[in-house]
Amino acid sequence: MADNVPATTAGALRTAPGATTGRGGAWWRTPVRTAIPFVVVFGLWEFVARLGIFPKRLFPTLEEVAQTFVELTARGILPHHVFETVLRLIAGFALAALVGIAIGVMMGRSRRAEDIFLPLVSICAPIPGIAYAPLFLLWFGLGDFSTILLVGFVSAFPIIFNTWTGVKAVKEIWVRAAHSMGADDRRLFRKVILPGALPYMLTGLRLGLAQAWRILVGVEILAAVPWGLGWMIFGAREFLNTDVMLAGIVAIGIIGFILEKFVFERLERYTVVRWGMMTA
Amino acid sequence: MQHIEVNHVSLVYDTPGGKVPGVDDVSFTMAPSEFLCLVGPSGCGKTTLLNIIAGFLSPVAGEIRIGGNAVNGYGQDRGIVFQDFAQLFPWRTALGNVTFGLEMKGVAKAEREAIALEQLKLVKLDKFAHSYPHHLSGGMQQRVAIARALAYNPAVLLMDEPFAALDALTRDDMQRLLADVWRETRKTVIYVTHNVAEAVFLADRVIVMTPHPGRVKAEVRISLPRPRDPLSVEFLEYQKALLRHLSEPSRADAQ
Repeated sequence: MADNVPATTAGALRTAPGATTGRGGAWWRTPVRTAIPFVVVFGLWEFVARLGIFPKRLFPTLEEVAQTFVELTARGILPHHVFETVLRLIAGFALAALVGIAIGVMMGRSRRAEDIFLPLVSICAPIPGIAYAPLFLLWFGLGDFSTILLVGFVSAFPIIFNTWTGVKAVKEIWVRAAHSMGADDRRLFRKVILPGALPYMLTGLRLGLAQAWRILVGVEILAAVPWGLGWMIFGAREFLNTDVMLAGIVAIGIIGFILEKFVFERLERYTVVRWGMMTA
Repeated sequence: MQHIEVNHVSLVYDTPGGKVPGVDDVSFTMAPSEFLCLVGPSGCGKTTLLNIIAGFLSPVAGEIRIGGNAVNGYGQDRGIVFQDFAQLFPWRTALGNVTFGLEMKGVAKAEREAIALEQLKLVKLDKFAHSYPHHLSGGMQQRVAIARALAYNPAVLLMDEPFAALDALTRDDMQRLLADVWRETRKTVIYVTHNVAEAVFLADRVIVMTPHPGRVKAEVRISLPRPRDPLSVEFLEYQKALLRHLSEPSRADAQ
């Protein structure tokens, strides 16, 4: 089954369940091991900040960043930015997932769809998402609609590619077995092709979400939306509020971590890991 | 009445180097509930022939009839067990795999699970009904595959070296189990193998094939009482006879 396991980019964020028992360590080993790199980076940061090489405004101490973070949260400003950004992210990503999986499956199943879409997708995919932004803004106007559309468009590519690969990688022996047991095309698709391609699809969705983040934060400034983390970070530059920028970056990191831990990892543990198609 | 008729079936492979005959003018018939083994060295077209009977390949000449009807593509009248352990669907439990064919037939959930459990009992795996394939050993996975192929009650069971990738001890167990399953279910079985002892242990009749092109070389009826004793003199005599057929004049082409 090893040949069916696609590479995943998010390996760094994972801690394998049972890893603690492996080396006979106590329950606190894993959290401590995970915390060490953060402690090192934070320590260096604090050291540089207190050295005073940079002006205090441009290189705030951790304490100041934390204070700003808490203050912005308490005043409801940060939650409002987060809310708007996450809403756009979900809308754009959902669009990408729907369209991307549909096109990817079509390409994997039909030779003609592959001939039509593959050249288009291959040419459009490597173009940086932000390059499309001015075009989208002129066509669809400033605001949420353009932003969501662009996020959906750009993050659909990795989903298309991985779904296509996944559908093509479905083992011929499963298809033969299903056919011999009387599966028609529709049920072959639902009961064999989809679950068979799932490991790749999940990888595609993960990459698509990362792509969606990248383009969304950039486009929030260009699209002149009144709220959003991207807007907050860039807006803070005008006033040299580096602590606000850092608070925004921290918020993005936390949201990404939550999505990875509580959405993707759970989805995987419940499906492909449980089925032995991918190891945790 | 004949259950399966294979009439002058030929198949040619298109390769970059030209047309290569895979199966050449093969004919035989089978009675209902007969256990037939196709034996031959690799490349003799025995798996190709099985795939033609299964309906995955169409012959360029000749025809196959099952129960009087010409075979045209795959169908639920034949159950298939492959050599590859990966044939099971990893996203379904053992029970889920076995119910698949019944689900395709439109059998209600409670009923198909009851039937599937019966089949798993037949291959002595009812305790593992809710395990996923990757938690089962190779021998267990092949037993699930047999139960899965039997569950929707096809009249014919086609088996392509199902135990070839197992270790010798497990293989012996599997052969005994398959002989029991066959005695209980009375399916018509075509079983492909390159293992002569396996053929003598299981088959009513053995067809020996030679390669390049795949042809029927000899037919040997095994008239030993069941269950068979692999250490008896008669058993070894049959093995010797089959080996003689396999190694005789066409040795030069086989290499």
